[in-house]
Amino acid sequence: MDTLLQQIINGLTAGSVYAIVALGYTMVYGIIQLINFAHGEVVMIGAMVAFTVINLLVPFGLPALAVVLIGTGCAIAVCMLVGYSVERFAYRPLRGAPRLAPLITAIGMSIILQHLAMLIWSRNVLAFPQIIESRTYFIGGAAITTVQIAILAICVALMAGLALLVYRTPLRTAMRATAQNPQVAGLMGVDINRVIAVTFILGAALGAIAGVLFGSYYGLAQYTMGSILGLKAFSAAVLGGIGNIPGAMLGGVLLGLVEALGAGYIGDFTDLCRYGWLSGAMDACRDGGHFILFGSNYQDVFAFIVLILVLVFRPSGLLGERVGDRA
Amino acid sequence: MQRLIDVRGRPWLVWVGLALVGLALALLPFALAQVGTTWVRITNYALLYVLLALGLNIVVGFAGLLDLGYIAFYAVGAYVYALLASPHFGLHLPFWIILPIGAAIAALFGVLLGAPTLKLRGDYLAIVTLGFGEIIRIFLNNLSRPVNITNGPQGISRIDPFSLDGFSFGTYETFLGVQFSAPIKYYYLLVLVALVVIAISVRLQDSRIGRAWEAIREDEIAARSMGINTRNMKLLAFAMGASFGGVAGGMFSAIQGFISPESFILVESIMVVSMVVLGGMGNIAGVVLGALLLSFVPEILRWTVEPAQRALFGRLIVEPEVIRMLLFGLALVLIMLFRPAGLVPSAVRRRELAERSAVPGGRAP
Repeated sequence: MDTLLQQIINGLTAGSVYAIVALGYTMVYGIIQLINFAHGEVVMIGAMVAFTVINLLVPFGLPALAVVLIGTGCAIAVCMLVGYSVERFAYRPLRGAPRLAPLITAIGMSIILQHLAMLIWSRNVLAFPQIIESRTYFIGGAAITTVQIAILAICVALMAGLALLVYRTPLRTAMRATAQNPQVAGLMGVDINRVIAVTFILGAALGAIAGVLFGSYYGLAQYTMGSILGLKAFSAAVLGGIGNIPGAMLGGVLLGLVEALGAGYIGDFTDLCRYGWLSGAMDACRDGGHFILFGSNYQDVFAFIVLILVLVFRPSGLLGERVGDRA
Repeated sequence: MQRLIDVRGRPWLVWVGLALVGLALALLPFALAQVGTTWVRITNYALLYVLLALGLNIVVGFAGLLDLGYIAFYAVGAYVYALLASPHFGLHLPFWIILPIGAAIAALFGVLLGAPTLKLRGDYLAIVTLGFGEIIRIFLNNLSRPVNITNGPQGISRIDPFSLDGFSFGTYETFLGVQFSAPIKYYYLLVLVALVVIAISVRLQDSRIGRAWEAIREDEIAARSMGINTRNMKLLAFAMGASFGGVAGGMFSAIQGFISPESFILVESIMVVSMVVLGGMGNIAGVVLGALLLSFVPEILRWTVEPAQRALFGRLIVEPEVIRMLLFGLALVLIMLFRPAGLVPSAVRRRELAERSAVPGGRAP
């Protein structure tokens, strides 16, 4: 099997899910400069709701696709509600308060949502139902499953849809106006509360779909899945330039690739036996042995390293333009 | 401010008060031991959280840098102690050598974290520190291969208790006819350390450094134009906060006798942040109160809610651990919504948090 191609396929799949989650962060940040810490939990709730609904519907013998669609629909509805309530009760009262205040309520909401989910769905790792049979195709020595193809297709469609919605409708004008100056936007007849609520709801809907995709890709769902996924997606948003919608898409895909390629090759690169001058000196290297410093179990570190590097060297991200107000 | 008792003209009353508090602190473990030794242990952990909260308060409360990876420094301190005083490497250095080493290494990590994040604004800093905390935990989990340094997820066990010239904190002893168990000995040590840390915090707050931190927190650009070296001051805040965490970690290691990366997860960082926020960022008494409240209330709930549920429903419906976490979350949200300066707000913070900008959702100028 071709490792490079395989890792690229895996990276693209995971990366496009990160991109969808990152969109939720970036849209909210773009409009009210708030890191919506609870977004990862919204994604988790999406996965959990879909899990429950699909499991409930399976005995009725409906067509598999219909079951998945209904499950995802319910997930979207619940997540929209959660996203809206979080905005309404935890963030709106603090609009205009010092920056740290809404960030702290966001952390609080994240803990509350996570543990409410634990109460409902237990602390066990749930096996995500695989009701659509997955087939594997081979391209140039690398395997790609139907699930991966579906994820890639859905993510591309979602990004295109969002781009249309945000760039081709009056909503875009309202969002940009609110982002630039809420007070003046209000004077110009923009209902800023509505615009902000719509932003949260859109982000939550995308998050719900991402949750379902993520669950079906890894076949697992757990109440803790949101926090690490959220962090990675946030890193992706920062990588692309936070507040910038195409940036989040690019950042997500890039982060997925970095992670997959990093995890695939870090073992080879840190195998000290590869380096002649070292291998002669070490017992472990005799008879083709290995002395691997860092293996693929460091996969989760890459996102954070990318995040830190971006913030240090280019805080505005790859596609971001406003540097001054962020650094 | 209205005082409970008017001490003007009667300065000796202050000393009487202090003596009473001291006596209460000295007798507390024996009272608790009557209920059960577990409660002495719970008190010890609460005191460790007090140390952590006070350390984090330097970073968050004084300098205004929200650090969501603070537990990493606790982990560094704990692992330094565990590696230098356990059969894992066969090293058994005395604690009075290791604790300063642990504090120094934690401070070094604090600077390592602080240096690349100096230019970042509050919310970005929060995320980067969070990522840093996770990186440390992932390394602790995986540094067991190819060379076994941290023993991976199994953690390190049989860590030496504190001992000084034949006097061990880990054993049972009878002194003057009174029985001192190991937790009670540690209790006294922890109270002593906590008092020292409180004293340091109080002195720091009113010092030139403390005022510089406050200035940076209020307005960094103004602070810099007043001649404050903001870079060094921020690094100093990170380093000092981290070193407090390192000392607390070393004590945790010795008291517990066993550590694993499980003890240093993200939730722990958030718990410490909750304590600081609940009590009132920047207010030392508030932070101590916050740490004690968020340590004891969940434990009291654990001992009451669990039996109550079993009696009412015949089974456990809501695990105490969940209640504990929900409490932390609620504390964060409700405090920010209704009492943003904390239960015991510091005067400056109160003023600062009460001022809302005129523009709803407006960007800070």
